[in-house]
Amino acid sequence: MSAFSAIGEEREIDRNEYTPDIEPQPTWCPGCGDFGVLKALKGALPDVGRSPEETLLVTGIGCSGKLNSYLDSYGFHTIHGRSLPVARAAKLANPGVEVIAAGGDGDGYGIGGNHFMHTARENHDMTYVVFNNEIFGLTKGQTSPTSPKGHKSKTQPHGSAKSPIRPLSLSLTSGASFVARTAAVNPNQAQRILKEAMEHDGFAHIDFLTQCPTWNKDAKQYVPYTDINESDDYDFDPTNRADAQELMRETEDKLYEGEVLTGVYYRDDERPSYQQEKQNIGEMPDEPLAERYFDDDYEWERSYDSFIDKHK
Amino acid sequence: MSDDELIWRIAGGSGDGIASTSQNFAKALMRAGLHVFTHRHYPSRIRGGHTYVEVRASADPVESRGDGYNFLLALGDSFARNPQDEAYYGNEEVKPLSENLDELREGGVIVYDSGLLDASEIPDFEERVEENDWHVYDMDLRSLAREQGREVMRNTAGVGVTCAITGIPLEAIEELMRDAMPEKILEPNLEIMQTAYDLVSEEYDVDAPDVSVPTGEHDEEQVLMSGSDAIAYGAIDEGCRFIAGYPMTPWTEVFTIMSQNLPELGGISEQVEDEIAAAALAIGASHMGVKAMSGSSGGGFALMGEPLGLAEMTETPLVLIEAMRAGPSTGMPTKPEQADLEHVLYTSQGDSQRVVLAPGTVAEAYEASRRAFQLAYEYQIPSMLIYDQKLSGELTNVPASHFDREPNADIGLTLSEEELADQPHTGDGKFHRFQHEAEDGVSPRSVPGQKGGRFLATGNEHNPAGHISEDPDNRVAQMDRREQKLDAIRADLDDDGLLVEHGPEDADYGILTFGSQQGTVEEAVDRLNENGTSVKSLTVAELAPYPVETVRAFLDSVEEALVVEMNASGQFRGLTQKELGTHGEMLSSLLKYNGNPFEPGEIVEGFTTNVVEDGEVPGNETKFVPAAGD
Repeated sequence: MSAFSAIGEEREIDRNEYTPDIEPQPTWCPGCGDFGVLKALKGALPDVGRSPEETLLVTGIGCSGKLNSYLDSYGFHTIHGRSLPVARAAKLANPGVEVIAAGGDGDGYGIGGNHFMHTARENHDMTYVVFNNEIFGLTKGQTSPTSPKGHKSKTQPHGSAKSPIRPLSLSLTSGASFVARTAAVNPNQAQRILKEAMEHDGFAHIDFLTQCPTWNKDAKQYVPYTDINESDDYDFDPTNRADAQELMRETEDKLYEGEVLTGVYYRDDERPSYQQEKQNIGEMPDEPLAERYFDDDYEWERSYDSFIDKHK
Repeated sequence: MSDDELIWRIAGGSGDGIASTSQNFAKALMRAGLHVFTHRHYPSRIRGGHTYVEVRASADPVESRGDGYNFLLALGDSFARNPQDEAYYGNEEVKPLSENLDELREGGVIVYDSGLLDASEIPDFEERVEENDWHVYDMDLRSLAREQGREVMRNTAGVGVTCAITGIPLEAIEELMRDAMPEKILEPNLEIMQTAYDLVSEEYDVDAPDVSVPTGEHDEEQVLMSGSDAIAYGAIDEGCRFIAGYPMTPWTEVFTIMSQNLPELGGISEQVEDEIAAAALAIGASHMGVKAMSGSSGGGFALMGEPLGLAEMTETPLVLIEAMRAGPSTGMPTKPEQADLEHVLYTSQGDSQRVVLAPGTVAEAYEASRRAFQLAYEYQIPSMLIYDQKLSGELTNVPASHFDREPNADIGLTLSEEELADQPHTGDGKFHRFQHEAEDGVSPRSVPGQKGGRFLATGNEHNPAGHISEDPDNRVAQMDRREQKLDAIRADLDDDGLLVEHGPEDADYGILTFGSQQGTVEEAVDRLNENGTSVKSLTVAELAPYPVETVRAFLDSVEEALVVEMNASGQFRGLTQKELGTHGEMLSSLLKYNGNPFEPGEIVEGFTTNVVEDGEVPGNETKFVPAAGD
């Protein structure tokens, strides 16, 4: 019998199971977009059939990192920008666990940018939600990697001289096999995309537009958006890489002026996940590695048996 | 040449096969019943540059490189012939010969490849040969190898010459070559070796020097291992099946050995984008209930300070390896130093606690590696193993039975689902991962995927259920509990025998050291006692928590003590004085930080002149720092 009976258990899951019953109310500001992510996650997880005990939510630091406190699953609130490497190893160690990583735009695209690029490149089977509010919130309103050019803040009093990062293009170029953008102001779309992302076997990156009513009142997260998967104006095929790239370029050029396009931009269901690739070359066990430590009958090999001959 | 020992130095350019040839030679001597010890010196270059390896062989156990050497095989640097390189590297053509002469003992043997090296370019060569009574064999090994096979096989020719002069039977080497080489290159190699062997017998008077090698016999089967091998095998036997890393000399050796062996054991190895990620991956795997490790060398380890603190705060077991090399910054990548001690002890923010172990020998490296995992998983604390480039790369023989240990996959106090359902670990209907009152400070854990065990691990201060809390009472309770682990670990380590005392118990003087200098210090202690100085040594292999009582007892039993370490600031002496709070007035330091480890003779000289005779600094290789009370 598995030591992890929560994994793969078939039962009806209620979204309220994810609500911690003894916790205080979230410390997010009234009107914060982060509530939207929490709500969408609580809706999507039962849809995917994942219980709180087979789910590991790994977060970085910032307002987004507090998601862990309000979603009652297994959780790991790590350090600034480092949610992805922790999440990657967790998934490799026990692939049966649903691994979701989350962080803000500073956390994910700034300090954790290197990990983002490499996790996408390797195509780990996990969902990565980046709360994009174009600002550093918890440290009280500094310019972030996604703030528009010219954005003024206490640390950039003359306005930012930098163009914002292009999260969708960066993700696609790095190798993510699922790239989407959604917004907290559309909970239904957000829940749908989260569900698709979790069901996707590979690295699913969601740039999640979350409004910051306290520090970034002008951000585009409030404007109406168009769903590229549903709008008649866009006859869009998310499996076409070239089209995805083109549309990403356009929307990232125009994000700060007018219409915001959301939806699933790209998905590649053919590309094997990293775990699969590693199994193919014989570098990843078929059974979850974590199981072995709970299996009293497992025969552990000694180095002596395997390697001593070459030293004789 | 003396009958007691052979110290054979093979010199040439990086990439010329110096390392593999010396490894085979050392193994052949070990198989012949001798005790061997190798010392490696190489530049941070892929090809060319001065490199040498010494193989010391004796009938008695050897744990150090020795003083100087008595047989030089100078093969030449085949990559030093491009004149364009000269501006950058200098003219290295004769380096394999010229750079090595200073340490060659009187009466020693020189074999040099006259196909690549021109002794007449070295000023005073003839005079020095005469003065030191060296026996010189100039042989065109390059042409010999080229005629019968390929030029690169001149290593083999050199080994053939060595055997002819020293009387080592060729069969011992042949057997190893048959094991290691494919048929295609085996035959020409064997021919070259035989030809070179015959040539010496025919054309040179081998009776002139006293060239016999010592003979010996082992009581039991031996294996030839490096410190890196021993650390990796210790980890494997202890059940480590996950490693994440980024290459950096000399940590790369452990990383490589693990990566090559883990997949066939059903384990996972990940080479990742940087050292922050590497340590974070090890934390992620360990959080899931898997035994995991990471590691690096100085600069790479600097990046791990942040994840290290996370592991401590979330009480995730974590083993990190730090292979020290000369710093600061990138320093000297291929040269040993023990100057990362304070870096490893104190890095990371807050009142952060960790275990630091420092093995002194190859055999101990295996035990220390196992112990690092045991402590990390038993106490849910980061545990570090530090060693240096010297211990990392040196090869020595260890009884094979030393590695014949039971595997241990115990991941510490981790509850089963049945136990989790049993309620004592829950409060308010929720699993309490971080209880205030826990035995030895260790609160049982669960791992993701288990029913009834869900909790939040966070680098913020947290309450028993794992939720972020700034409540002052909770803070004190959690902080005290984490600190409490250290006392329990200290008590645990007391029974371990990780501290090694050497020399007469009632000695007048003491030498205190740590890590890879152990063997060298012990050899120095033996010589000092033979010369009539009463001295003993203590090698400290546990640096955090520090074994205060044992060290205090040792220092109380002697008049004065010398602290021997490879750094410029006396970090180990500083740690000892800080931990003991006393004895400063009787501790002086002998330091070396030129990129080379101590030779036993340097310690003998330093001890004699500075401690016994209160004299001057022995030489420009080492530095003497008087006692704090002086």
